[in-house]
Amino acid sequence: MPVPPQLRCCDASGCRSAGGQALRSALEGARDAAGLDADALTIKPVGCLRLCGSGPLVACDGPGPTQLFGGVSPEHAGALIAASHAAGLATSHTASGGDALAAHRLDLEDSFFALQQPVVLEGCGQVNPESIDDALAFGTYAQLRRVLQELTPEQVRDEVRRSGLRGRGGAGYPTGLKWDTVALQPPGPRYVVCNADEGDPGAFMDRSVLESDPHRLIEGMAIAAYAVGAERGFVYVRAEYPLAIERLRLALQQARSRHLLGNHIDGTTFNLRLEVRVGAGAYVCGEETALLLSIQGQRGMPQPRPPFPAQSGLWGAPTLINNVETFTAVPAILREGGDWYAAIGTEHSKGTKVFALSGAVVNTGLVEVPMGTPLRTVVEVIGGGVPDGSPIKAVQTGGPSGGCIPAERLDTPVDYESLLELGSMMGSGGMVVMGASTSMPEVARHFMGFSVNESCGKCVPCRAGTVQLAQLLDRFVEHRATPADMERLDALCQMVKVTSLCGLGQSAPNPVLSTLRWFRHEYEAACREPAACVAAGGVEP
Amino acid sequence: MTPSPPAAKLRLATVWLAGCSGCHMSFLDLDEFLFDLAEKVDVVFSPVGTDVKIYPENVDIALVEGAVANVDNLELALQVRQRTGLVISFGDCAVTANVPGLRNLLDAGHDSAKAVLERGYLELADATGQLPFAPGIVPELLPRVLPLHEVIPVDLYLPGCPPSAERIREAITPLLSGERPVQEGSAMLRFG
Amino acid sequence: MSVVTLTVNGQDVAVPAGASLLEATRAAEANVPTLCHLEGLTPVSSCRLCLVEVEGSGKLLPACSTAAAEGMVVHTHTPRLREYRRMTVELFFAEGNHVCAVCVANTHCELQDMAVTVGMDHSRFPYQYPQRPVDATHPQFTLDHNRCILCTRCVRVCDEIEGAHVWDIGSRGGQCHIVAGLDEPWGQVQACTSCGKCVDVCPTGALFRNSDTTAEKQPNTTLPALLRTAREQHRWHNQ
Repeated sequence: MPVPPQLRCCDASGCRSAGGQALRSALEGARDAAGLDADALTIKPVGCLRLCGSGPLVACDGPGPTQLFGGVSPEHAGALIAASHAAGLATSHTASGGDALAAHRLDLEDSFFALQQPVVLEGCGQVNPESIDDALAFGTYAQLRRVLQELTPEQVRDEVRRSGLRGRGGAGYPTGLKWDTVALQPPGPRYVVCNADEGDPGAFMDRSVLESDPHRLIEGMAIAAYAVGAERGFVYVRAEYPLAIERLRLALQQARSRHLLGNHIDGTTFNLRLEVRVGAGAYVCGEETALLLSIQGQRGMPQPRPPFPAQSGLWGAPTLINNVETFTAVPAILREGGDWYAAIGTEHSKGTKVFALSGAVVNTGLVEVPMGTPLRTVVEVIGGGVPDGSPIKAVQTGGPSGGCIPAERLDTPVDYESLLELGSMMGSGGMVVMGASTSMPEVARHFMGFSVNESCGKCVPCRAGTVQLAQLLDRFVEHRATPADMERLDALCQMVKVTSLCGLGQSAPNPVLSTLRWFRHEYEAACREPAACVAAGGVEP
Repeated sequence: MTPSPPAAKLRLATVWLAGCSGCHMSFLDLDEFLFDLAEKVDVVFSPVGTDVKIYPENVDIALVEGAVANVDNLELALQVRQRTGLVISFGDCAVTANVPGLRNLLDAGHDSAKAVLERGYLELADATGQLPFAPGIVPELLPRVLPLHEVIPVDLYLPGCPPSAERIREAITPLLSGERPVQEGSAMLRFG
Repeated sequence: MSVVTLTVNGQDVAVPAGASLLEATRAAEANVPTLCHLEGLTPVSSCRLCLVEVEGSGKLLPACSTAAAEGMVVHTHTPRLREYRRMTVELFFAEGNHVCAVCVANTHCELQDMAVTVGMDHSRFPYQYPQRPVDATHPQFTLDHNRCILCTRCVRVCDEIEGAHVWDIGSRGGQCHIVAGLDEPWGQVQACTSCGKCVDVCPTGALFRNSDTTAEKQPNTTLPALLRTAREQHRWHNQ
């Protein structure tokens, strides 16, 4: 029986901001006007269709091949309805309205789509994020049910360990090892926590997953809770993601009503209570010890580790903290097996990674590729390079904790170790492409300003050191630095990196250090002899 | 046997920028050591030792008291650096801007000159308040009071408010024989 | 009682299991500087002055909150540690408004002492001159934010020893400041028992008695340890 045609309209934040909701209403109106009912043509809100920069996006499934349209406005509604309905009858070019849509048709064979390998993003753009029935039909929760019925917690952890999955929050700690550490603590209560406090500028992977496929995350967390013996968990989402919070709360409610959360899940003895905790706008709460304090209602300030949360976390109990992407990868790993996942990627960085591609790049959006894909493939082939065709100058990865990778290193495979070697880091997955006109001291100052604003103020290198670093960078940006400033910049970067208490401070100098390493000449060009500074009246610091 | 000619004396200057002159008072507290000093140095510029108005060339050692607060201080500091071998930041005002620097607290230090003048001559004045205006006579204030080392490179720091005569002596004595003093411990370093 | 043995600056020391690295360095008379740490209060590792090198650890570890472990090889005064400590003290001086000459705590200030300890004769970082208020609403004490280094000793002593939790931290980053009650004037906070412990443990002149003027503050930082020990050992008859 042929599947009736359907239109999948992206209803995640990016496309919403481009007018996606108005488009969907117009499509529904046009469908009614064409005399079609909902069974004959489904118009479904879905999550991210990847090419965010060309929103609003609509995917058109018919008996023929799927077509994707971008940048469509409500006046194209009639043509889209006609195209979708006619898709099975004729090739799109001869379909009525085809001409009107020609400029909006996106090539799904294009490298941007063809080179992607969706694992975490499997359901993104496929399922209706607000419908648990749709998620269930797509296969979500099947692995949770199977795990509860067929596998012991040890077997689950074994599968995750074999997958080689590493934490996708940035540091890349082996997930299986973390799960074991929590599971093997002395008997007592345990917690699972999902870190959805995605705060890096240029990072929107977790937001897309939360907005597009929240049930998949819940399934992953439930499997993790079963594997480590937790009966309670929290998803800590930043308040700046209202749609993600709304959809996650709805999904939790739906899962509870279907007995996929709560007591006696799916008829077993496994219980799990999951709650959403909304952050209050502090970037530092993405740091795990600060996040845990915030969940407990306290001021979010990082604590010295050890003890690690896996030993002593929420209310002193062993606590498993993973990032959204990490949990979301788990159902696929259990479905296909740890070995399948481990076969993707590189020796030390296995599986796929989601990147949020933005900046001076043709294709802006969400990209999931195998680990080890050369950076050049991601930014030039998938991303399409700089819009005006000029060469890429650098790629910034890892946000304010990462660094700028120069064009001559674009052949580096994207994995945890390679990026660290270049003085950057994987980070959560934000990737900002920079063109020739970008000034590197300005980039460094921008990120340092971010760290100044987001320092929690607990330890002095981060609280006061970042302020001094930002002022030093001002001097370079304003071309009134001296060679002595260069020395101070180097020394203070090292000091803040090595002596700060938490990851925020330790990585705050990275944007400076990496640009100093690869673009030192830009800093040198901003230096003047001290005498020239005094002569120019630049005696003020 | 002819007596060997006396070794050339070191040329010493003491300079008074924006400070209370307390460091110079402490210098005078050296008492009889001043006689020893006079045998080894020529005081070529000093508010307490000479009546010279122009900072001379070829000075060996300069003790610079006070912060850099006005255009005269700035000009003199630059001259000192140009014409002196070893510049000592002498006392807390030179080292940290100290009390003169408190005016930087007005207007967060961006243009504390305007803020402090308005505070002093307008806000706190009686009915006839007016801003002083005497170009070429009263040196203009810099927007911000600076410690000496933010204006010129400094070779040695002698903190203290004021540095005690003892501390001054301990710092100067090795310099007279071409050695650097050991700037360590409470006796030599304490602020305040 | 089990014991761990470790090496500090080449010297073997033995400390009770559970002792901190700081205690171990003290057993070796290594003089690791501390500022936020105070005996009797929970360590917070925020001043970063007690960072030490432990062989085999990729990171510098705060001695105050790291447990001494068997076989550790610890270095407390390597050239880079000395340099970082000096820079740390410079950052403290540059971020606040510390004018020793006119401060109540002059000659009894731990920050002033620390500058001597780390050999800081001037700050290479420009002074920030932040605009900070003075809270003189309490009948007996004053809080001068200009001199506060955010060590949080007052926060901890009030919470952990006095049990009043009058103090906490407000805002973030360079804007961080100590708040009384729900960010009220100190004199209006009813939870304050006016015990003065916060004043006694304050390492600088940020908290002081109204009767004290320049260089007159006489802090007493031994109280928390005395009180905690007395409580734990039930030294009082009414316990």
